Amino acid sequence: MRHIISILMENEPGALSRVVGLFSQRNFNIETLNVAPTEDPSLSRLTVTTVGDDRVIEQITKHLNKLIDVVKLVDLTEGNHIERELMLVKVKALGAARDEVKRTVDIFRAQIVDVTPSLYTVQITGDATKLDAFLQAMAPVGILEVARTGVSGIARGDKVLSL
Amino acid sequence: MELLSGADMIARFLQDEGVEYIYGYPGGAALHIYDALFRQDKVKHILVRHEQAATHAADGYARAAGKPGVVLVTSGPGATNAVTGIATAYMDSIPMVVLCGQVMSHLIGDDAFQETDIVGVTRPIVKHSFSIRHPSEIPEVLKKAFYLAATGRPGPVVVDIPKDMTAPTERYEYIYPKKIKMRSYNPVTRGHAGQIKKAVELMLKAKRPVFYTGGGVVTGKASEGLTDLVKQLGFPITTTLMGIGSYPQSDRQCLGWLGMHGSYESNMAMHHADLIIAIGARFDDRVTNNTSKFCPTAKIIHVDVDPSSISKTVRADVPIVGPASSVVNEMISLVQGQSISQPEALAEWWQKIDGWRAEREGKLYEPSKPGEVLKPQEVVEALCRVTRGEAYVTTDVGQHQMFAAQYYKFEKPNRLITSGGLGTMGFGFPAAMGIKQNFPDEDVVCVTGEGSFQMMMQELSTCKQYGVGVKIVNLNNASLGMVRQWQDLNYKSRHAQSYMESLPDFHMLIEAYGFTAITVNTLDELEPALERAFANKHELVFLDVKVDPFEHVYPMQVPLGAMRDMLLSKTERT
Ligand SMILES: Cc1ncc(C[n+]2csc(CCOP(=O)(O)OP(=O)(O)O)c2C)c(N)n1
Ligand SMILES: [Mg+2]
Repeated sequence: MRHIISILMENEPGALSRVVGLFSQRNFNIETLNVAPTEDPSLSRLTVTTVGDDRVIEQITKHLNKLIDVVKLVDLTEGNHIERELMLVKVKALGAARDEVKRTVDIFRAQIVDVTPSLYTVQITGDATKLDAFLQAMAPVGILEVARTGVSGIARGDKVLSL
Repeated sequence: MELLSGADMIARFLQDEGVEYIYGYPGGAALHIYDALFRQDKVKHILVRHEQAATHAADGYARAAGKPGVVLVTSGPGATNAVTGIATAYMDSIPMVVLCGQVMSHLIGDDAFQETDIVGVTRPIVKHSFSIRHPSEIPEVLKKAFYLAATGRPGPVVVDIPKDMTAPTERYEYIYPKKIKMRSYNPVTRGHAGQIKKAVELMLKAKRPVFYTGGGVVTGKASEGLTDLVKQLGFPITTTLMGIGSYPQSDRQCLGWLGMHGSYESNMAMHHADLIIAIGARFDDRVTNNTSKFCPTAKIIHVDVDPSSISKTVRADVPIVGPASSVVNEMISLVQGQSISQPEALAEWWQKIDGWRAEREGKLYEPSKPGEVLKPQEVVEALCRVTRGEAYVTTDVGQHQMFAAQYYKFEKPNRLITSGGLGTMGFGFPAAMGIKQNFPDEDVVCVTGEGSFQMMMQELSTCKQYGVGVKIVNLNNASLGMVRQWQDLNYKSRHAQSYMESLPDFHMLIEAYGFTAITVNTLDELEPALERAFANKHELVFLDVKVDPFEHVYPMQVPLGAMRDMLLSKTERT
């Protein structure tokens, strides 16, 4: 199953490489990875999506917790949560396709953030499946470039991941 | 206020931390530190002849003393030479602090002379690592390094020190940090009371229980408690290779050790048990054999200080995260005054176990007949007699390692010092050196093979410099015996590269360093030679014992089988 694990870790040089190294060293899998400092500059929040059965996910969380730089973590998929990813896509927008692209962008509640005579740059946020669906819809028109941030997430309700 | 340079801070910190010996080898990036060590005399620096030996010596010391071993090496090749020793310590959870010189900060990343990203290279084989970014950080970072190395599940910590951090011209305030707190590191101090209670309930009603205990009991200093608990319950106990001696092996309840070359009765008892009480052991593949066939009828209690060890390879029914010593003590207090509910079943279980013991009697090897070449097993048995089972025994890796573990009877923890997890040839001799320097009045013997010894024999020179009186028993089968055994069993005896051609004349080699060597060919020469070797505690003596090159280590678990599937000799299997 797919899991979203969010980690608070020391904002120290080398901390990220320890997390990433752990995944390759122990043959765990990383689908997306996203990391940035939090409101507390001494802490970074890293979110990783991974797939594995219960045994593997248990090992992943245990090994992450064992890293000295990791302060706290949560498997967001264990409860209700909000999952978001941001994507920027350059698509061909020529002739009849130009209107077609605009319509699809509206349907997906995406935004066109840059234009040239021959292409649109689209910004879209949502969960990973929505972004995948948008890419599928755009494929016939011609996708020129894709930049995705990887999944970020947060628990619904009162639950807070903090120190 | 005391102002010190980074280098002087390191020297002072080591003094304040109570470090007595530090093992190392100098080089450009470490020279400020070397100069600071030169200008003091509390911390003694031992100059090894290869950085790998420094790590093994510190490791041997750490195992025997239960305190972190300390290593100092220069950048680049100095640090990379230490890598094997760091990995060895990591795999066996041994506390160690490795100080590595590094090129000056402004050169990092430029492929400067002798620059290696040692933090990157060692990342998967350390508990943690630090890079010093300002000299004023040194006391705190070093304190963290020692704290991390020794607490929780111990392990090696690397501290990377760019040369400019130790420059004599830059001075900062030095205060020894007595205590350290890290918000991201809080090792557990006790197990969950409810889980411990549940475990004890299972123990009290078990019919065929067996304790399976590992290195965590040794590093966790829980042997005494464990011995109490096991005696109170009257259960059988088997240990891992790393746990040998955490329960006295002469006691009837001790079945020896388990796994690939473990005792027949241990492996049989594990396979047939209805309850396994695992403490400080990690269900390693050299223990479990095929996990899908592992102990089919057993419930499993698993106590470990490292949660990631629990249910990693074998699912635990009652997981308990906690240090072995406190959990064992809580178990004792719950067991006290209680009696087991199945005494007849336990008596029957013991009958079964005694039956297994009787079955294997005399099967595993045949002693040599007069005039014949010696069997390695009988050499270890003689060594055990001559040292009354009290020596610190280090080993290298191979058949001789297994024979040392099988035929020396250990009564105390920390007496068998061996590279279990990584299986590092070359470990034994420098490890013995580290132990002997710190326990000069004890007998310290390295049981080695001619293959392994040649990986670290340059340390004879270190022993000469510091007068280190270790004994070396070279079980010389003129071959890479363990490799050869596998080739006999799996490759129709095609001995690819497992024969040691052109062995040196060990006698002359040892004498070149001014030490005594004794060659032993036959049984009647053996004990007198051992007596002579151990007569003087402070003299290095090398015994070159010619042993049978055709001997195999048995029992041996059959690959992919269950615990009980074993070869008992060249012709017999279970
Ligand atoms: C550094 C290293 N290289 C290779 C091996 C693989 N290996 C395991 S046992 C062994 C043979 C050891 O020979 P020797 O030291 O003579 O011991 P024996 O088995 O003959 O008793 C080898 C090559 C190892 N464990 N360590
Ligand atoms: Mg050999």
